[in-house]
Amino acid sequence: MITLFHFLALSGALFAISAAGIFLNRKNVILLLMCIELMLLAVNFNFIAFSHYLNDTAGQVFVFFILTVAAAEAAIGLAILVVLFRNRASINVEDLDRMKG
Amino acid sequence: MIQEIIFSVLAAVLVGSALGVITSRNPVHAALFLVLAFVTSAGLWLLLEAEFLAIVLVLVYVGAVMVLFLFVVMMLDINVATMRQGFARYAPIGTLVALVMAGEIGYVVWSQKLGITFGTPVAHDASYSNTRELGNLIYTVYAYPFEIAAVVLLVGIVAAIALTLRRREGTRSQDPAVQVRATPEGRVRIVSMQSESGKRQGKQP
Repeated sequence: MITLFHFLALSGALFAISAAGIFLNRKNVILLLMCIELMLLAVNFNFIAFSHYLNDTAGQVFVFFILTVAAAEAAIGLAILVVLFRNRASINVEDLDRMKG
Repeated sequence: MIQEIIFSVLAAVLVGSALGVITSRNPVHAALFLVLAFVTSAGLWLLLEAEFLAIVLVLVYVGAVMVLFLFVVMMLDINVATMRQGFARYAPIGTLVALVMAGEIGYVVWSQKLGITFGTPVAHDASYSNTRELGNLIYTVYAYPFEIAAVVLLVGIVAAIALTLRRREGTRSQDPAVQVRATPEGRVRIVSMQSESGKRQGKQP
């Protein structure tokens, strides 16, 4: 019998792995974006698992909206990345120091 | 019983491919591992009877977003060696943060004090349509957020094009407004010339 807690543990593990990925690949903007996508996937897992075990379809509607926003975010993020590479010839996070922040 | 086996296999593949995403040396391999993670999660969502979202995950994520990622990864000339600098240095703290986070999430999950009582999920028969139920919700209760989601996608399109559009000097491009405004007077100049007389005919100039 698969319970809700199996799915919650799985999505927790997925979220922790992607959080570790942000630390490990902290120079590569593309891999940072990929780790954010993995985090959103883990959150969507929670929504769908709760929706299934609470018999409430509203959770799936939220996943629908998260997918929409994540797709728009990926498109804009990659566009910014392409412009960045065109201007600096690098996608290293440490090269992004023009604003001296 | 068969469901437990499917869940175990898919969960193992999902965790393994997530580890592959964060540790692979080549960004192309990371993107392909991410594709595997999305396909595996679609299988797990089928297990949770979210058929429509499982298909949407494959179509939108694997079909569109990950292809975009692969496009960008292959288009950019990335020096992998410099990107890997500091990987070993930050591995311990990354692992530590991940373990702490997993421990906290695990504590909340296993203490089971969420304050909600979970019934057993209703077993639907074959005539049940997840897509129909989701559509009923989206087009009635969530109609207004649905419109906003459409606007968000429109903003995404406009922003992505406006960011990457560039005009280079010296390229020859059409200007439709100028073309529409063209008149015969602007294009053709009629010159009246004296016709040549016949006696020079046959001579080389």
